[in-house]
Amino acid sequence: MTIYFDNIYLGKNSVVAGPYINNGPLKGHFDAIYNDFYDGENTFEDCEIKEAIKCINILINKYKDINIDIFLSTDLINQLVISNFVANNIKIPYMGVYNACATFVEEIILGSSLLNNKNINNVLCLTSAHNLTAERQYRNPIEYGGPKPEYATFTVSAATSFILTKEREDIKVESCTIGKVYDYGIKDSFDMGSAMASSAVLTLIKHLEDTKRDPNYYDLILTGDLGKYGKEIFKTMFYKEKGIELNNYNDSGVLVYDMNDKEVLAGGSGPSCLPSYYFSKIYNMMKDKKIKKVLLLATGALLNTTSVNQKKSIPSICHAVSLEAL
Amino acid sequence: MNIEEYKSITKKILPKTMTFKKLFLSFFVGGLMGVLAQLLIEFYSSFEEISMTEASSLMMVTFILISSLLTGLCVFDKLVTKFGAGLIVPITGFSHSTTSSALEYKKEGLVNGIGSNIFKLSGTVILYGIISAYVVAIIKIIIGG
Repeated sequence: MTIYFDNIYLGKNSVVAGPYINNGPLKGHFDAIYNDFYDGENTFEDCEIKEAIKCINILINKYKDINIDIFLSTDLINQLVISNFVANNIKIPYMGVYNACATFVEEIILGSSLLNNKNINNVLCLTSAHNLTAERQYRNPIEYGGPKPEYATFTVSAATSFILTKEREDIKVESCTIGKVYDYGIKDSFDMGSAMASSAVLTLIKHLEDTKRDPNYYDLILTGDLGKYGKEIFKTMFYKEKGIELNNYNDSGVLVYDMNDKEVLAGGSGPSCLPSYYFSKIYNMMKDKKIKKVLLLATGALLNTTSVNQKKSIPSICHAVSLEAL
Repeated sequence: MNIEEYKSITKKILPKTMTFKKLFLSFFVGGLMGVLAQLLIEFYSSFEEISMTEASSLMMVTFILISSLLTGLCVFDKLVTKFGAGLIVPITGFSHSTTSSALEYKKEGLVNGIGSNIFKLSGTVILYGIISAYVVAIIKIIIGG
């Protein structure tokens, strides 16, 4: 399913980055940082809520005067509880959305579609993630040191927010492809790269077919959080399916961290991985007209702890959005 | 692309989780723990008023105390990540998983937090420890009379 948009633009954004990512290659590109997982709060969850609210306030202060009609938000914690508390704080009409780590692009698609309504002019979107709230949610207690395989990924702690608007800005939301859910039988919950790479390939192929484009149409094709090994699986599968080597492709999971750090394992993941890399690096390159056309492929692993314990395989999804600098 | 073909791609690309170095480290550290335990038993039983059985209980309590304390000081998880089964299989692993669960759920209260979750990871050890003790005891009665 591919949709084209007219007159929908990516407005201003803000990124509040937490430990690990704020010391990596993107250091100095963030609006604000925090250096410890509590940041003065009593629990990790409170810390995540605080950073998300801070992120939105920074964004709103970048505008002299803005009237936000709808707030779309996502996070990784049960029943979107972080987003719910943020929404309770900011009091803007709110919808919580969830497609795991693919939600960033899901928000762009939903927000852009809402903007087609004549009464809606500005949509605020938030993605929030905190490494330790996610660890608690999906894995073992934080102080438990059971070894993880090298192909496991490390959730990016960051809150990112941005505005989608009808007012003309430098970057346009050109088109999007809504992905289907695929399942290639991967059961290891540490191996999300393998679980998601297949969806990324199949959504990319669908997008290229629907738009009748060649991969080289884009200056950059960027996947969300496949990590070091998922990236290779993606390239190999795409080559086997289409017979084309991608030379304009990268994965933000391996770009957000200093990959020499053994603790980050195969790289970044989580709903804030792709937006924090996109907004602190690629967005500015597009504004400076260094690159013009970018395809974002946000990938999500659709599991929870119950499904993993019940030995079900991990289905995955990928949504694509094409952004163009004007 | 079918599932089999996809799995053969992932298998080729993913690194092996079990390496000789990791196996050797776990084996070596596990053995070292055994040696330490024996030394502790020898030490405790060198006191006249402590019997051999009491000495081995004291050794276990010492191991539990040290690993629990190091877990609280955020040191033990790094050691476990490095030495794997060498520290998880001995009683230090039991203590580590219990303490880490207690710390994790502290903020959710004494009853719904710590009380319900402290044996979240180590409950397996307790349950199957008791069951295997029963089985072994029954076998002993049947064979040994």
